[in-house]
Amino acid sequence: MIYRSHILVCAGTGCTSSNSLQIIDNFNNLLAEKGYEKEVQVIRTGCFGLCAAGPIVVVYPEGVYYSRVTPEDVEEIVNEHIIKGRPVERLIYKEHDADGTSTTLNDSSFYKKQHRIALRNCGRIDPENIDEYIAFDGYKALGKCLTELSRDDIVDILLASGLRGRGGGGFPTGLKWKFAKAPESDVKYVCCNADEGDPGAFMDRSVLEGDPHSVLEAMAIAGYCIGAQQGYIYVRAEYPIAVKRLRIAIDQAREYGLLGDNIMGTGFKFDIDLRLGSGAFVCGEETALLASIEGQRGEPRTRPPFPAVKGLWGKPTLLNNVETYANICQIILNGADWFASMGTEKSKGTKVFALGGKINNTGLVEVPMGTTLREVIYDIGGGIPNGKKFKAAQTGGPSGGCIPAEHLDIPIDYDNLNSIGSMMGSGGMIVMDEDNCMVNIAKFFLEFTVDESCGKCPPCRIGTRRMLEMLTRITEGKGQPGDIEKLEELAKNIKASALCGLGQTAPNPVLSTIRYFRDEYEAHIYEKRCPAGECKALLNFVIDPEKCKGCSLCAKKCPVGAISGEIKSPFTIDTSKCVKCGLCMESCKFKAIEKK
Amino acid sequence: MKTLQELEAIRQKKINELNLRESTEGNIRVVVGLATCGIAAGARPVMTAFVEEVSKRQLNNVTVSQTGCIGMCRLEPIVEVLEPGKEKVTYCKVKPEQVSRIVAEHIVNGNPVVEYTIGSYE
Repeated sequence: MIYRSHILVCAGTGCTSSNSLQIIDNFNNLLAEKGYEKEVQVIRTGCFGLCAAGPIVVVYPEGVYYSRVTPEDVEEIVNEHIIKGRPVERLIYKEHDADGTSTTLNDSSFYKKQHRIALRNCGRIDPENIDEYIAFDGYKALGKCLTELSRDDIVDILLASGLRGRGGGGFPTGLKWKFAKAPESDVKYVCCNADEGDPGAFMDRSVLEGDPHSVLEAMAIAGYCIGAQQGYIYVRAEYPIAVKRLRIAIDQAREYGLLGDNIMGTGFKFDIDLRLGSGAFVCGEETALLASIEGQRGEPRTRPPFPAVKGLWGKPTLLNNVETYANICQIILNGADWFASMGTEKSKGTKVFALGGKINNTGLVEVPMGTTLREVIYDIGGGIPNGKKFKAAQTGGPSGGCIPAEHLDIPIDYDNLNSIGSMMGSGGMIVMDEDNCMVNIAKFFLEFTVDESCGKCPPCRIGTRRMLEMLTRITEGKGQPGDIEKLEELAKNIKASALCGLGQTAPNPVLSTIRYFRDEYEAHIYEKRCPAGECKALLNFVIDPEKCKGCSLCAKKCPVGAISGEIKSPFTIDTSKCVKCGLCMESCKFKAIEKK
Repeated sequence: MKTLQELEAIRQKKINELNLRESTEGNIRVVVGLATCGIAAGARPVMTAFVEEVSKRQLNNVTVSQTGCIGMCRLEPIVEVLEPGKEKVTYCKVKPEQVSRIVAEHIVNGNPVVEYTIGSYE
């Protein structure tokens, strides 16, 4: 069916939560009502990346990029743009600090510096239609592998491409495939780690929602390469849209004979099933994940033996992350040299980051390795809201560390991030501004790992809890001299002795904040002061008698009656009653109330 | 079970439907006036005819889109053909049956159909 115009509506998790499915319905109903249903097609797609400006609607062939569309706007878009060809100016996405309006999505600085490989089909195809995936060279890489390449060729291509695991560890993917291919075994497994648990990370979810077939195809290639006939995708149950689209994709691939027996008539047999995780962060660790697929309690075990030798049900198993798989088909089709031409010396290709926190363009970006943090945060991310100052970015989630302003110009790759005490991680990037207390941030991540520790090994179970208690004390103004040193020592020992990656990396946020923001820790401990004004126990609200006009507005707003005074003379706050909610400060028209 | 050839057939068929989502830079643009005046004069069948003709000939470098009122309502349906680096050609009072000739002579072979243009009508 040939249409003159395609309306692409984002149906990723972000835009769905702001009503994009209603927008799709409205478009379909209105177009049918006006008799345009045979001329204009409405397509649900995966994530465009600019989640902050969602719901996103893109109209082709013009490529007009609408943002923050509501179901009520649909009528105007149809009447003006679709029928009369006049794009609706007020809805067109505008850059925050650009001079003019940008009408096509590739012109905006959000997209200009990006290079989309893993996300190439997100926001471009209907993820629930296998034909659209095939149209953009889908399953061509699998065909090439089955008919032209030997199993060794595939390993060689991956090795030469320099692709490294995108789940966080950064282990060379070609090597992993080589190790999994080596053992002789009649049964082997290919698994996909889609248990994306880092707070603030949603790269894998977006790939699965926007381009599920790219993962299925790469897993089939992996099956052919290492000699496996069964694959499992371990995906979080908290990702209902991803699970649904994966199910649809698997069914469609089976129907087309791209999964199952005798794929493409070559005699190769491979099938994929889903296993849903129930929300335990530790199940993102490879041995815990495999235990969970087996139906065991999700606990890690010691390595070696590595899964490549003894994995699922004791058989050799290849386990890669979603984003790693999403790169494979493109490498097979375009060649190792093409992939290796992007990135830095030891980190090739691109990396997807989920931008969150204090940043204007919250969303999903894919940049070549070696792009600087400054470019990601200021050029693509649009900078910090409300003119605040950048303080640090946390990469790698609870396993990573923070990167302070002095390292903004460091090219992002695996080794550079390690050298400054952070890590690539899976790709969550949380931006913090001057109002964020770094001790509190460290405490937040540690709370997460303490909650998520499986409890199998004491360094993680007990050690991280002791660290959290110390941090809590510090943020409550009860820190003692020597606490910083104790934290450092405990951190060192936990890193050295914990069983799995979760425990070994749990102290990282504490260590890196101490490394770059030791003065903040010291201010909390020695001066009982929180420089960022975030730790409530350490701050007091004070009315400046010079500025106070005695209007009594703050006293009326105060929920606990802590503010008193006479009209037209300065008011005062009773700190023993004050719950530090900050309402008085927001309501004061004369900016007479300060946090101290 | 799909063979490689069948996959290729699906790809060929489908990419033809999807290529309007590709970058349109450098494309020849066919713009049909679809304001109230254009629609009343019968511009929609003209537009549909262009879409069908372009897809039938698999012209991947041609974008068909619509625009508002150009200002000469009495000459609608008006169709403009914009080729990068060349002067714009404007056809007026276009009928659906003229479309295949415009596509064949002008868009494919680069010779505007002078007798349909606004210049020859005026």
